[in-house]
Amino acid sequence: MPATLAKSGGLFLAMVLALVAMAQAQDTAFAIHMGIMALAALIAALAVMATSDVTARLGHDESVYDDAPVRWGVIATTFWGVVGLLAGLFIALQLAYPVLNFNLEYTTFGRLRPLHTSAVIFAFGGNALLCTSFFVVQRTCRARLAFPSLARFVFWGYQLFIVLAATGYLLGVTEAKEYAEPEWYVDLWLTIVWVAYLIVFGGTVIKRREPHIYVANWFYLAFIITVAMLHLVNNLSLPVSLVGAKSYSAFAGVQDALTQWWYGHNAVGFFLTAGFLAMMYYFVPKQAERPVYSYRLSIIHFWSLIFLYIWAGPHHLHYTSLPDWAQSLGMVFSVMLWMPSWGGMINGLMTLNGAWDKIRTDPIIRMMVLALAFYGMSTFEGPMMSIKSVNSLSHYTDWTIGHVHSGALGWNGMITFACMYYLAPRLWNRQRLYSLRLINWHFWLATGGIVFYNASMWVAGITQGLMWREYGADGYLVNSFAETVAAIHPMFLLRAFGGALYLSGALVFAWNIAMTIAGRIRAEAPMTETPYDARADRPLPAPASAAGALQPAE
Amino acid sequence: MTDHNKRVDEATGTNLVGHEWDGIEELDTPLPRWWVYIFAGTVVFAAGYVVAYPSFPDVAGMTGWSSRGQLDAALKAEAATRAPLLNAIAATPVENLAANPQLMRSAIEGGNAAFKVNCVQCHGSSATGARGYPNLKDDDWLWGGDIVSIHTTISHGIRSQSDETRYSQMPAFADMLSKGQIQQLVTHVRSLSGQDKPNAAGAQLFAENCASCHGESGKGNREMGAPNLADGIWLYGSDRAALTQTISKARFGVMPHWAGRLDPVTIKMLATYVHSLGGGEALPQPQTATAVPPAAPAQTAAADTGTAGTGKPNVRS
Repeated sequence: MPATLAKSGGLFLAMVLALVAMAQAQDTAFAIHMGIMALAALIAALAVMATSDVTARLGHDESVYDDAPVRWGVIATTFWGVVGLLAGLFIALQLAYPVLNFNLEYTTFGRLRPLHTSAVIFAFGGNALLCTSFFVVQRTCRARLAFPSLARFVFWGYQLFIVLAATGYLLGVTEAKEYAEPEWYVDLWLTIVWVAYLIVFGGTVIKRREPHIYVANWFYLAFIITVAMLHLVNNLSLPVSLVGAKSYSAFAGVQDALTQWWYGHNAVGFFLTAGFLAMMYYFVPKQAERPVYSYRLSIIHFWSLIFLYIWAGPHHLHYTSLPDWAQSLGMVFSVMLWMPSWGGMINGLMTLNGAWDKIRTDPIIRMMVLALAFYGMSTFEGPMMSIKSVNSLSHYTDWTIGHVHSGALGWNGMITFACMYYLAPRLWNRQRLYSLRLINWHFWLATGGIVFYNASMWVAGITQGLMWREYGADGYLVNSFAETVAAIHPMFLLRAFGGALYLSGALVFAWNIAMTIAGRIRAEAPMTETPYDARADRPLPAPASAAGALQPAE
Repeated sequence: MTDHNKRVDEATGTNLVGHEWDGIEELDTPLPRWWVYIFAGTVVFAAGYVVAYPSFPDVAGMTGWSSRGQLDAALKAEAATRAPLLNAIAATPVENLAANPQLMRSAIEGGNAAFKVNCVQCHGSSATGARGYPNLKDDDWLWGGDIVSIHTTISHGIRSQSDETRYSQMPAFADMLSKGQIQQLVTHVRSLSGQDKPNAAGAQLFAENCASCHGESGKGNREMGAPNLADGIWLYGSDRAALTQTISKARFGVMPHWAGRLDPVTIKMLATYVHSLGGGEALPQPQTATAVPPAAPAQTAAADTGTAGTGKPNVRS
């Protein structure tokens, strides 16, 4: 009871501090954000007081896994996934039909675009990483989650971070650093949440009942530690006022650009690659019921991946004022990254050795295989695009957008959906998912969506790249920028169509998860389509007359 | 590898490592050879690249390549290729370019490129203009449509900061005429292009206030950039509201001067390109017997290049 009192008292104090900051705020956006903080602190204080004895009771039962934050995470992943994809479809339509900006500052492409990227990467992907890591680390360590209260703080604190980031984008609060847009006070909040995450995850690994640390946990740890480092360095900035939203970066000019892309590329490397490989390393062998293909490969590709990835960022700044030597290093490290990346694909796909038939019968396995295939494709495409002569064509074009989405929709999206399908019936103790056939629908809608998205963006990107560098006989550029935009307009429409297909697949997914949680089971024919008739499954007896006719002549 | 309870996975015939986490085991499969070879290949490539190209601060690669050097060489080579034509254009007065088909074609080509960088922001990528920004493809010109006039307009701009800029200012009549008088004037101005019925009061007002610049019949005066009001082509619109606004408050459209910002050859090219778009006019009075009337070749060139727009003069509204 004293602990509850201290906790709720601290939260009330936080609320008061937030309200004071709100009253003193230098700008409206900061005032709104402090208001949100105060509201969050109040809700948290009330929740602590209402549930104190429940958590106290659960906190001492070491014989069951602590899955409540995982369940919340599955719901949050589903919710933010739909939100983020909807925002993506909307901004794709804005590019095709600029009238959809509504001539309103809050709904311009410039503000909605970070809303889309952060919603899919940090809200959808981040919640998937949080909840799967809490699920996986407990099972592979055979230990209940360390610091249960802190785990709950991590989940809700992360949701608060998402809300602050998203509302900030709409209000025009931004550091203008791609994938690191939130301002200094939101960055500080995320730092606190992230350190708590490391303590919960690391604490659970330390109290493990297994002699070795499973490979998935190496990848989760690499993801958590590296993201902490990237986040801290790239967001070093000086606020203009302690009660205002604006801050200025600690770096300037090309140093700032290099820091930003060191961060930006490793957000891909450690958030979207290492973290999701961790998910793959647990859920693929579990769903396939097969051993991991190669222990040795997992060691070599883990260490080579994390060693090489961290140097590859300068390839985002080819042919800029970044010195040539840094560009060269960014390129060669990216090229060397090809096989370490593929190690994860090989280990995932070849784990199906001895269970390949499941691609036909198990739609979750099919989704995992598609995810790994897209992982392989985009980790080949990435090193290729980092080569300077390729980059001189592809950079600043929609090819980059296509590349990102082959990784995001194909790899991150599909592996996340597969993991959620695996988790939902187990977490809510259901006999099975609401519907396996709906997974099939989801699979094909999503696959069709990715095909339309990527094909249109490849064509658009290469068209742009070639038109930008097209010279006439006298050496003058042939096209104006507006002409290149007009040329790819049809591709913008196809891209939006692909996005709509992918979103509709995600809606089918959300429906399936919601119905599973509700405990419903859809009446449907099973997925296996090969018929079996026990009566026909026997040798033909020789008929009496025919038997006589076949007798050799005497 | 000295695990004595070594087990073999039946489906693959491979040894299991012997660890197990939540039912997940691992096979002791060796690294795929192709994976090792390609990985080693990329490392060898990287090592070679690092030696050949600049990869350490202030150390040049063995090839001596640098991105600035590459750009410099490309620019020098391009400048050398272009020099003969550019020098010839520089030495030729703009009105004489049309006499030389090769210079003419090159000037239009270069003017097209410069137009896309410097002019499309106002005049549009098809040069058909917009409200307040003249259409350059029709034959209606405020300050003259022969190549010398166009060249002067581009060089010095309109109401720009250049000393030689083209300058004129229509008065704002809101302080001088009553609202009713302005409406009579609007009716009369619309009647000049057949959009309204003539009215005597408006005609009287026009003769007193407007004819000194726009001419008695409203045909305009290019000497002072006074628009032709009788041709049905309107820069700011001819509906009553737009005309009321124009007469009451006046307009003051500005075009920047490009002399000093663009080199003389580029300005010549731009003038030639704009002249070639379809509305270019011949010089008013040929000064010497050798001067070639520019209109004929210009229109040929326009037919060659004028595919972006509609190909016929657009009516401003």
